[in-house]
Amino acid sequence: MKRYTKEHEWVEIIGSEAVIGITAHAAKELGDITFVEIRPEGTAVISGDAIGTVESVKAASDVYSPISGTILAANSELEEEPGIINNSPEENGWICRLKNIDIEGFQKLMNRDEYNNYIKEPLK
Amino acid sequence: MNLTNNLKATPLYDRHLALGAKMVPFAGWLMPVQYAEGIIAEHKHTRTLASIFDIFHMGEFRVKGEGSAIALDKILARAVADQKSGTCRYNFLLNDKGTVIDDLIVYRIAENEFFIVVNAGTRDTDAARFRELLPKGISFTDESDSTAKIDLQGPESADVLVALGLKKESLPLYYRWMNTAISGIPCLLSRTGYTGELGFEIYFPADKSEFMWNLLLAQKNVKPAGLGARDTLRLEMGYPLYGHELNLNTTPVEAGFSEIIRLGDNRDFIGSDVLRNSQLKKRLVGIELDGRRAAREGTNVLIDGNPVGTVSSGAFSPSLEKSVAMAFISEEFKISDGMGLELATEKFKVSGKIASLPFYKSGTARINIIQDKL
Repeated sequence: MKRYTKEHEWVEIIGSEAVIGITAHAAKELGDITFVEIRPEGTAVISGDAIGTVESVKAASDVYSPISGTILAANSELEEEPGIINNSPEENGWICRLKNIDIEGFQKLMNRDEYNNYIKEPLK
Repeated sequence: MNLTNNLKATPLYDRHLALGAKMVPFAGWLMPVQYAEGIIAEHKHTRTLASIFDIFHMGEFRVKGEGSAIALDKILARAVADQKSGTCRYNFLLNDKGTVIDDLIVYRIAENEFFIVVNAGTRDTDAARFRELLPKGISFTDESDSTAKIDLQGPESADVLVALGLKKESLPLYYRWMNTAISGIPCLLSRTGYTGELGFEIYFPADKSEFMWNLLLAQKNVKPAGLGARDTLRLEMGYPLYGHELNLNTTPVEAGFSEIIRLGDNRDFIGSDVLRNSQLKKRLVGIELDGRRAAREGTNVLIDGNPVGTVSSGAFSPSLEKSVAMAFISEEFKISDGMGLELATEKFKVSGKIASLPFYKSGTARINIIQDKL
């Protein structure tokens, strides 16, 4: 099951690892993704830390880690084809995997319905 | 139409929304930055087929009356007096310091009549300047509000016009214009553009905007493109964008236009003394980056670790599949094509090299469209 952040990342727990990406909503808002960079393997992050950068034609945006853990791997497919994020933001376009994850932090994030309601709210 | 926060909308605002456009503020207007397919698809479509761009926001002036040519010749950096009727000429409005108030295109309509196309953000400043400098007896009118402009750009654009009833052999040559009608609507049609591809800019009455847009869009191979693609297309060609490569701190010589300004001709115009007598402080160059990460405006350029200049525009190039940038380099640093450098922000550093412009070398802008006459 996936959980979502207010900064438009998703995270899914698979066994002892977490997979992180940006939401379909975020990918649509950013437009064509042209570059992705993730911090090096082995970097320990706490939730809310920047884990990398996603660039679109017009702008660069930080990606924040939804939960605490250690960066295990980045999606190497995105090096040559970052547009995968636009085509499949919540599956093939995953951005990185974490190990040593903090499960409690995961439970505090929004579920799908909560996130869908969140993005429907008008901007304040 | 006037929207909240004082942004103006073009007559095609509703059409853009219907086409899935993302609207953004630009130079006081709410403009489509992209449509549903996205900037890269729109960019590639323009390079291979044909795209239409709503350019209503740009300004159009008319200067008329005996002595217009001589008067404009004093005000603009490139000669006007020797420009033939039926031609367009890229030109610059300078201040007395020789720096750029605007870049614009002058159309010579007749011996004593000129049509001038200016940037949206500088329209009012330009108009005030022309009104101040043109002698009495020469009429100046700002026709921007009543004039629509749609750019039709791409290798198939001549065929689009042929499908709309224009004769291929009658279409204007590069940087020439003609009066014509498209489906009965009177147009000024010029073989000009901002993409590097074969293309036309179409000027016509503003109240026909929706009809013209729908008509063009209904043609084979035509799709809409937004300001995002317009920017990546012009960047790949090394074309300047006012506010970036041209501004009040930059002379056209520094931006690389000394050849076309022909300072050696001894023609006097506003700013000419400064351009002739001052030392060049900086020089505009092209940079190809090693990779896809973009170096945006303001990024520092380093050679051997020393700061030598600043990026004026930079983005991922969809055609080259790597990032490119234009930057001003201080004149004291001698640079040459292929020279390695680094681009550094607080967050990252990437390598690249000085590259010749245009970055994209296969543009069709100047092709001969009448193959039989070759």
